[in-house]
Amino acid sequence: MLFVPGNNPGMIRDAHIYGSDSIMFDLEDSVAITEKDAARFLVYKALTTLRYGKKELVVRINDLSSGLGVADLEAIVRAQPDVIRLPKTDSAKDVIECEREIERIEREAGIPVGKTGMMAAIESANGVLNAREIAFASKRLIGIALGAEDYVTDLKTTRSPEGIELMFARGMIVNAAKAAGIMALDTVYSDVNNEEGFINEATMIKKMGFDGKSVINPRQIAPLHAVFTPSEKDLMKARAVMDAIAEANARGSGVASLKGKMIDKPVVARAQYLLEMAERAKTMTVEEI
Amino acid sequence: MEIKKTGVAGTMESSDIIVRIEPKETEGVELKLESAVMQQYGRQIEKVIRETLEELGVTRAYVDAVDKGALDCTVAARTLAAAYRSAESTDYVWKNGGAK
Repeated sequence: MLFVPGNNPGMIRDAHIYGSDSIMFDLEDSVAITEKDAARFLVYKALTTLRYGKKELVVRINDLSSGLGVADLEAIVRAQPDVIRLPKTDSAKDVIECEREIERIEREAGIPVGKTGMMAAIESANGVLNAREIAFASKRLIGIALGAEDYVTDLKTTRSPEGIELMFARGMIVNAAKAAGIMALDTVYSDVNNEEGFINEATMIKKMGFDGKSVINPRQIAPLHAVFTPSEKDLMKARAVMDAIAEANARGSGVASLKGKMIDKPVVARAQYLLEMAERAKTMTVEEI
Repeated sequence: MEIKKTGVAGTMESSDIIVRIEPKETEGVELKLESAVMQQYGRQIEKVIRETLEELGVTRAYVDAVDKGALDCTVAARTLAAAYRSAESTDYVWKNGGAK
Protein backbone atom coordinates (compact mmCIF):
# COMPACT_ATOMS: atom_id res chain seq x y z
CA MET A 1 0.00 0.00 0.00
CA LEU A 2 1.64 3.19 -1.24
CA PHE A 3 1.00 6.31 0.85
CA VAL A 4 0.34 9.37 -1.32
CA PRO A 5 0.00 12.84 0.25
CA GLY A 6 -3.48 14.12 -0.59
CA ASN A 7 -2.38 17.64 -1.45
CA ASN A 8 0.31 16.70 -3.96
CA PRO A 9 -1.10 16.65 -7.53
CA GLY A 10 2.08 15.23 -9.11
CA MET A 11 2.19 12.25 -6.79
CA ILE A 12 -1.56 11.68 -7.12
CA ARG A 13 -1.18 11.67 -10.92
CA ASP A 14 1.73 9.20 -10.93
CA ALA A 15 0.69 6.96 -8.03
CA HIS A 16 -0.44 4.08 -10.25
CA ILE A 17 2.78 3.64 -12.19
CA TYR A 18 4.96 2.22 -9.43
CA GLY A 19 3.40 -1.24 -9.14
CA SER A 20 1.92 -1.15 -5.64
CA ASP A 21 -1.11 -3.37 -5.01
CA SER A 22 -3.02 -0.49 -3.49
CA ILE A 23 -2.78 3.28 -3.27
CA MET A 24 -3.69 5.20 -0.14
CA PHE A 25 -4.47 8.88 -0.65
CA ASP A 26 -3.87 10.66 2.61
CA LEU A 27 -6.01 13.47 3.97
CA GLU A 28 -4.57 13.16 7.47
CA ASP A 29 -1.01 13.57 8.72
CA SER A 30 0.64 14.50 5.41
CA VAL A 31 -1.72 17.46 4.91
CA ALA A 32 -1.23 20.77 6.75
CA ILE A 33 -4.23 21.84 8.80
CA THR A 34 -4.68 24.93 6.57
CA GLU A 35 -4.85 22.75 3.43
CA LYS A 36 -7.39 20.13 4.52
CA ASP A 37 -10.13 21.56 2.29
CA ALA A 38 -7.83 21.78 -0.74
CA ALA A 39 -6.59 18.20 -0.30
CA ARG A 40 -10.17 16.94 0.02
CA PHE A 41 -11.11 18.62 -3.29
CA LEU A 42 -7.98 17.27 -4.96
CA VAL A 43 -8.45 13.65 -3.86
CA TYR A 44 -12.18 13.76 -4.63
CA LYS A 45 -11.53 15.15 -8.14
CA ALA A 46 -8.73 12.64 -8.80
CA LEU A 47 -10.86 9.69 -7.71
CA THR A 48 -13.81 10.77 -9.80
CA THR A 49 -11.76 11.66 -12.88
CA LEU A 50 -8.58 9.60 -13.16
CA ARG A 51 -8.47 5.87 -13.82
CA TYR A 52 -6.19 3.73 -11.70
CA GLY A 53 -6.98 0.37 -13.32
CA LYS A 54 -7.34 -2.53 -10.92
CA LYS A 55 -5.45 -0.90 -8.08
CA GLU A 56 -7.15 -1.01 -4.73
CA LEU A 57 -7.94 2.61 -3.86
CA VAL A 58 -7.87 3.68 -0.24
CA VAL A 59 -8.38 7.10 1.35
CA ARG A 60 -7.18 7.89 4.85
CA ILE A 61 -9.57 10.38 6.39
CA ASN A 62 -9.04 12.51 9.47
CA ASP A 63 -10.37 10.97 12.66
CA LEU A 64 -13.92 11.89 13.57
CA SER A 65 -12.95 13.64 16.81
CA SER A 66 -10.79 16.12 14.84
CA GLY A 67 -13.92 17.76 13.46
CA LEU A 68 -12.71 17.02 9.91
CA GLY A 69 -13.57 13.35 9.58
CA VAL A 70 -17.26 13.67 8.74
CA ALA A 71 -16.53 16.39 6.15
CA ASP A 72 -13.96 14.05 4.60
CA LEU A 73 -16.50 11.23 4.50
CA GLU A 74 -19.14 13.44 2.83
CA ALA A 75 -16.78 13.84 -0.12
CA ILE A 76 -14.90 10.57 -0.18
CA VAL A 77 -17.79 8.11 0.25
CA ARG A 78 -19.39 9.73 -2.81
CA ALA A 79 -16.14 9.37 -4.78
CA GLN A 80 -16.40 5.63 -4.08
CA PRO A 81 -12.90 4.33 -3.45
CA ASP A 82 -12.62 0.68 -2.37
CA VAL A 83 -11.71 1.42 1.20
CA ILE A 84 -11.78 4.23 3.75
CA ARG A 85 -9.00 4.07 6.28
CA LEU A 86 -9.83 5.34 9.73
CA PRO A 87 -6.79 6.59 11.66
CA LYS A 88 -6.22 6.56 15.42
CA THR A 89 -8.71 3.78 16.16
CA ASP A 90 -8.77 3.23 19.91
CA SER A 91 -11.89 1.11 20.29
CA ALA A 92 -14.73 -0.66 18.50
CA LYS A 93 -16.81 2.48 19.14
CA ASP A 94 -14.59 4.49 16.77
CA VAL A 95 -15.22 1.97 13.99
CA ILE A 96 -18.96 1.83 14.67
CA GLU A 97 -19.30 5.64 14.67
CA CYS A 98 -17.41 5.91 11.39
CA GLU A 99 -19.47 3.12 9.87
CA ARG A 100 -22.69 4.89 10.92
CA GLU A 101 -21.62 8.03 9.05
CA ILE A 102 -20.57 6.02 5.97
CA GLU A 103 -23.92 4.24 5.95
CA ARG A 104 -25.85 7.51 6.27
CA ILE A 105 -23.94 9.02 3.33
CA GLU A 106 -24.35 5.86 1.21
CA ARG A 107 -28.13 6.06 1.77
CA GLU A 108 -28.27 9.79 0.97
CA ALA A 109 -26.16 9.30 -2.17
CA GLY A 110 -28.00 6.21 -3.39
CA ILE A 111 -24.87 4.08 -3.12
CA PRO A 112 -25.57 0.44 -2.14
CA VAL A 113 -25.25 0.22 1.64
CA GLY A 114 -22.13 -1.72 2.54
CA LYS A 115 -20.27 -0.99 -0.70
CA THR A 116 -17.62 1.12 1.00
CA GLY A 117 -14.97 -0.97 2.71
CA MET A 118 -13.16 0.10 5.84
CA MET A 119 -9.74 -0.34 7.34
CA ALA A 120 -8.83 0.68 10.88
CA ALA A 121 -5.37 1.87 11.85
CA ILE A 122 -4.39 1.23 15.44
CA GLU A 123 -1.96 3.81 16.73
CA SER A 124 -2.09 3.80 20.54
CA ALA A 125 -1.46 1.49 23.49
CA ASN A 126 -5.19 1.47 24.19
CA GLY A 127 -5.96 0.63 20.57
CA VAL A 128 -3.52 -2.28 20.60
CA LEU A 129 -5.15 -3.69 23.74
CA ASN A 130 -8.53 -3.37 22.00
CA ALA A 131 -7.30 -4.87 18.71
CA ARG A 132 -9.62 -7.86 18.90
CA GLU A 133 -12.82 -5.87 19.46
CA ILE A 134 -11.74 -3.42 16.75
CA ALA A 135 -11.16 -6.24 14.25
CA PHE A 136 -14.63 -7.63 14.92
CA ALA A 137 -16.41 -4.23 15.02
CA SER A 138 -17.73 -4.10 11.45
CA LYS A 139 -18.34 -6.38 8.51
CA ARG A 140 -16.97 -3.61 6.31
CA LEU A 141 -13.48 -4.01 7.75
CA ILE A 142 -11.12 -5.61 5.26
CA GLY A 143 -8.18 -5.22 7.58
CA ILE A 144 -6.50 -3.55 10.52
CA ALA A 145 -3.17 -1.79 10.39
CA LEU A 146 -0.48 -0.70 12.78
CA GLY A 147 0.42 2.99 12.80
CA ALA A 148 3.78 2.91 14.55
CA GLU A 149 4.79 6.55 14.84
CA ASP A 150 1.92 7.57 17.12
CA TYR A 151 2.09 4.22 18.89
CA VAL A 152 5.74 4.55 19.95
CA THR A 153 5.06 8.11 21.07
CA ASP A 154 2.25 6.76 23.23
CA LEU A 155 4.65 4.17 24.67
CA LYS A 156 7.16 6.97 25.33
CA THR A 157 9.82 5.24 23.30
CA THR A 158 11.24 5.56 19.80
CA ARG A 159 11.49 3.27 16.78
CA SER A 160 14.54 1.08 16.40
CA PRO A 161 15.84 -0.75 13.30
CA GLU A 162 15.02 -4.09 14.98
CA GLY A 163 11.49 -3.03 15.89
CA ILE A 164 11.61 -4.56 19.38
CA GLU A 165 9.26 -1.81 20.63
CA LEU A 166 6.59 -2.98 18.14
CA MET A 167 6.66 -6.71 18.91
CA PHE A 168 3.65 -6.71 21.20
CA ALA A 169 1.55 -4.45 18.97
CA ARG A 170 2.38 -6.47 15.87
CA GLY A 171 1.57 -9.72 17.67
CA MET A 172 -1.75 -8.37 18.93
CA ILE A 173 -2.77 -6.89 15.58
CA VAL A 174 -1.88 -9.89 13.46
CA ASN A 175 -3.66 -12.23 15.88
CA ALA A 176 -6.76 -10.06 16.11
CA ALA A 177 -6.94 -9.75 12.32
CA LYS A 178 -6.59 -13.47 11.73
CA ALA A 179 -9.16 -14.25 14.41
CA ALA A 180 -11.61 -11.96 12.61
CA GLY A 181 -10.67 -13.33 9.19
CA ILE A 182 -9.40 -10.00 7.87
CA MET A 183 -6.02 -8.69 6.75
CA ALA A 184 -3.20 -7.41 8.92
CA LEU A 185 -1.17 -4.59 7.45
CA ASP A 186 2.15 -3.49 8.88
CA THR A 187 3.34 0.05 9.45
CA VAL A 188 5.67 2.12 7.26
CA TYR A 189 9.46 1.90 7.42
CA SER A 190 10.53 5.53 7.47
CA ASP A 191 14.25 5.25 6.67
CA VAL A 192 13.91 5.01 2.89
CA ASN A 193 17.69 4.92 2.40
CA ASN A 194 18.10 1.77 4.49
CA GLU A 195 16.99 -0.94 2.07
CA GLU A 196 18.59 -3.75 4.05
CA GLY A 197 16.73 -2.69 7.19
CA PHE A 198 13.50 -2.45 5.20
CA ILE A 199 13.92 -5.95 3.74
CA ASN A 200 14.74 -7.38 7.19
CA GLU A 201 11.60 -5.81 8.63
CA ALA A 202 9.43 -6.95 5.68
CA THR A 203 10.77 -10.50 6.02
CA MET A 204 10.01 -10.51 9.74
CA ILE A 205 6.44 -9.21 9.44
CA LYS A 206 5.66 -11.65 6.63
CA LYS A 207 6.88 -14.45 8.88
CA MET A 208 4.64 -13.10 11.66
CA GLY A 209 1.61 -13.45 9.41
CA PHE A 210 1.07 -9.93 8.11
CA ASP A 211 -0.58 -9.72 4.68
CA GLY A 212 1.21 -6.60 3.55
CA LYS A 213 2.99 -3.42 4.48
CA SER A 214 2.51 0.27 3.92
CA VAL A 215 5.24 2.08 2.03
CA ILE A 216 6.02 5.78 1.83
CA ASN A 217 8.40 5.68 -1.12
CA PRO A 218 7.92 3.89 -4.48
CA ARG A 219 11.48 2.56 -4.11
CA GLN A 220 10.24 0.25 -1.36
CA ILE A 221 7.64 -1.49 -3.55
CA ALA A 222 9.91 -3.84 -5.53
CA PRO A 223 11.84 -5.15 -2.49
CA LEU A 224 8.56 -5.62 -0.61
CA HIS A 225 7.05 -7.62 -3.47
CA ALA A 226 10.22 -9.69 -3.64
CA VAL A 227 9.75 -10.62 0.02
CA PHE A 228 6.05 -11.43 -0.36
CA THR A 229 6.19 -13.25 -3.71
CA PRO A 230 6.61 -17.02 -3.12
CA SER A 231 9.94 -18.48 -4.28
CA GLU A 232 10.06 -21.02 -7.12
CA LYS A 233 11.23 -23.69 -4.64
CA ASP A 234 8.21 -23.10 -2.39
CA LEU A 235 5.90 -23.09 -5.39
CA MET A 236 7.24 -26.43 -6.58
CA LYS A 237 6.55 -27.90 -3.16
CA ALA A 238 3.05 -26.42 -3.14
CA ARG A 239 2.29 -27.79 -6.61
CA ALA A 240 3.56 -31.24 -5.55
CA VAL A 241 1.20 -31.12 -2.54
CA MET A 242 -1.76 -30.20 -4.72
CA ASP A 243 -0.84 -32.90 -7.27
CA ALA A 244 -0.68 -35.50 -4.50
CA ILE A 245 -4.11 -34.42 -3.26
CA ALA A 246 -5.56 -34.62 -6.78
CA GLU A 247 -4.05 -38.06 -7.24
CA ALA A 248 -5.47 -39.30 -3.93
CA ASN A 249 -8.90 -37.93 -4.86
CA ALA A 250 -8.72 -39.70 -8.23
CA ARG A 251 -7.94 -42.95 -6.42
CA GLY A 252 -10.93 -42.33 -4.19
CA SER A 253 -8.62 -42.20 -1.19
CA GLY A 254 -9.05 -39.66 1.57
CA VAL A 255 -5.39 -39.89 2.53
CA ALA A 256 -2.68 -38.26 0.48
CA SER A 257 1.05 -38.54 0.99
CA LEU A 258 4.15 -36.96 -0.49
CA LYS A 259 7.59 -38.57 -0.26
CA GLY A 260 6.28 -40.96 2.35
CA LYS A 261 4.78 -38.25 4.58
CA MET A 262 1.05 -37.85 5.09
CA ILE A 263 -0.32 -34.49 3.92
CA ASP A 264 -2.63 -33.01 6.50
CA LYS A 265 -5.12 -30.16 6.12
CA PRO A 266 -2.93 -27.21 7.23
CA VAL A 267 -0.27 -28.26 4.68
CA VAL A 268 -2.90 -28.17 1.93
CA ALA A 269 -4.21 -24.79 3.12
CA ARG A 270 -0.70 -23.32 3.08
CA ALA A 271 -0.01 -24.74 -0.38
CA GLN A 272 -3.28 -23.26 -1.69
CA TYR A 273 -2.51 -19.86 -0.13
CA LEU A 274 0.98 -19.86 -1.64
CA LEU A 275 -0.33 -20.67 -5.12
CA GLU A 276 -2.97 -17.96 -4.78
CA MET A 277 -0.29 -15.43 -3.80
CA ALA A 278 1.84 -16.44 -6.80
CA GLU A 279 -1.16 -16.11 -9.09
CA ARG A 280 -1.92 -12.65 -7.73
CA ALA A 281 1.69 -11.56 -8.13
CA LYS A 282 1.61 -12.80 -11.74
CA THR A 283 -1.62 -10.90 -12.46
CA MET A 284 -0.14 -7.69 -11.08
CA THR A 285 3.01 -8.04 -13.19
CA VAL A 286 1.07 -8.70 -16.39
CA GLU A 287 -1.25 -5.76 -15.68
CA GLU A 288 1.68 -3.41 -15.13
CA ILE A 289 3.36 -4.44 -18.39
CA MET B 1 -21.92 31.91 -4.82
CA GLU B 2 -20.72 35.37 -3.82
CA ILE B 3 -16.98 36.07 -3.82
CA LYS B 4 -16.41 38.06 -0.64
CA LYS B 5 -12.64 38.20 -0.27
CA THR B 6 -9.40 37.03 -1.88
CA GLY B 7 -9.08 33.26 -1.90
CA VAL B 8 -6.03 31.32 -3.06
CA ALA B 9 -5.43 27.59 -3.55
CA GLY B 10 -2.63 25.51 -5.06
CA THR B 11 1.14 25.68 -5.17
CA MET B 12 3.93 26.54 -7.61
CA GLU B 13 5.07 22.90 -7.71
CA SER B 14 5.16 20.97 -10.95
CA SER B 15 1.76 19.47 -11.92
CA ASP B 16 -0.07 22.03 -9.77
CA ILE B 17 -1.74 25.38 -10.42
CA ILE B 18 -2.26 28.42 -8.19
CA VAL B 19 -5.72 29.91 -8.52
CA ARG B 20 -6.39 33.30 -6.96
CA ILE B 21 -9.95 34.62 -6.89
CA GLU B 22 -10.93 38.15 -5.91
CA PRO B 23 -14.22 40.03 -5.62
CA LYS B 24 -15.40 42.05 -8.60
CA GLU B 25 -18.14 44.66 -8.51
CA THR B 26 -19.38 44.26 -12.05
CA GLU B 27 -20.87 41.25 -13.79
CA GLY B 28 -18.52 38.76 -15.47
CA VAL B 29 -15.48 36.62 -14.71
CA GLU B 30 -12.21 38.22 -15.75
CA LEU B 31 -9.51 35.57 -16.11
CA LYS B 32 -5.75 36.00 -16.38
CA LEU B 33 -3.82 32.79 -17.02
CA GLU B 34 -0.11 32.08 -17.14
CA SER B 35 1.10 28.64 -18.16
CA ALA B 36 4.23 26.96 -19.44
CA VAL B 37 1.97 25.01 -21.78
CA MET B 38 -0.20 27.99 -22.78
CA GLN B 39 0.06 27.24 -26.47
CA GLN B 40 -1.13 23.63 -26.15
CA TYR B 41 -3.49 23.69 -23.16
CA GLY B 42 -4.27 27.34 -22.36
CA ARG B 43 -7.80 27.19 -23.77
CA GLN B 44 -8.55 23.94 -22.00
CA ILE B 45 -7.34 25.24 -18.61
CA GLU B 46 -9.44 28.39 -19.04
CA LYS B 47 -12.46 26.27 -19.99
CA VAL B 48 -12.12 24.14 -16.83
CA ILE B 49 -11.79 27.20 -14.58
CA ARG B 50 -14.78 28.95 -16.16
CA GLU B 51 -16.97 25.82 -16.10
CA THR B 52 -16.08 25.12 -12.45
CA LEU B 53 -17.01 28.68 -11.45
CA GLU B 54 -20.19 28.54 -13.51
CA GLU B 55 -21.27 25.35 -11.69
CA LEU B 56 -20.78 27.18 -8.39
CA GLY B 57 -22.84 30.12 -9.65
CA VAL B 58 -19.92 32.56 -9.52
CA THR B 59 -20.71 35.37 -11.94
CA ARG B 60 -18.48 38.18 -10.65
CA ALA B 61 -14.80 37.55 -10.02
CA TYR B 62 -11.25 38.34 -10.96
CA VAL B 63 -9.29 35.12 -11.45
CA ASP B 64 -5.53 34.97 -11.66
CA ALA B 65 -4.05 31.53 -12.36
CA VAL B 66 -0.45 30.34 -12.72
CA ASP B 67 -0.30 26.84 -14.14
CA LYS B 68 2.60 24.43 -13.73
CA GLY B 69 1.29 21.61 -15.88
CA ALA B 70 -1.82 20.65 -13.86
CA LEU B 71 -4.28 18.02 -15.06
CA ASP B 72 -7.90 19.10 -15.57
CA CYS B 73 -8.94 17.50 -12.27
CA THR B 74 -6.26 19.52 -10.43
CA VAL B 75 -7.35 22.75 -12.14
CA ALA B 76 -10.96 22.07 -11.09
CA ALA B 77 -9.95 21.10 -7.51
CA ARG B 78 -7.84 24.24 -7.00
CA THR B 79 -10.58 26.46 -8.49
CA LEU B 80 -13.15 24.91 -6.14
CA ALA B 81 -10.90 25.37 -3.10
CA ALA B 82 -10.11 28.98 -4.00
CA ALA B 83 -13.77 29.79 -4.68
CA TYR B 84 -15.07 28.32 -1.41
CA ARG B 85 -12.33 30.14 0.48
CA SER B 86 -13.25 33.39 -1.30
CA ALA B 87 -16.90 32.89 -0.46
CA GLU B 88 -16.05 31.95 3.16
CA SER B 89 -18.28 28.95 2.69
CA THR B 90 -18.10 25.32 3.74
CA ASP B 91 -21.42 24.29 2.20
CA TYR B 92 -19.70 21.87 -0.13
CA VAL B 93 -21.72 20.00 -2.72
CA TRP B 94 -20.43 16.53 -3.56
CA LYS B 95 -21.85 14.59 -6.45
CA ASN B 96 -21.56 10.83 -6.72
CA GLY B 97 -18.34 9.88 -8.41
CA GLY B 98 -17.33 6.43 -9.44
CA ALA B 99 -13.71 5.64 -8.73
CA LYS B 100 -14.89 2.03 -8.73
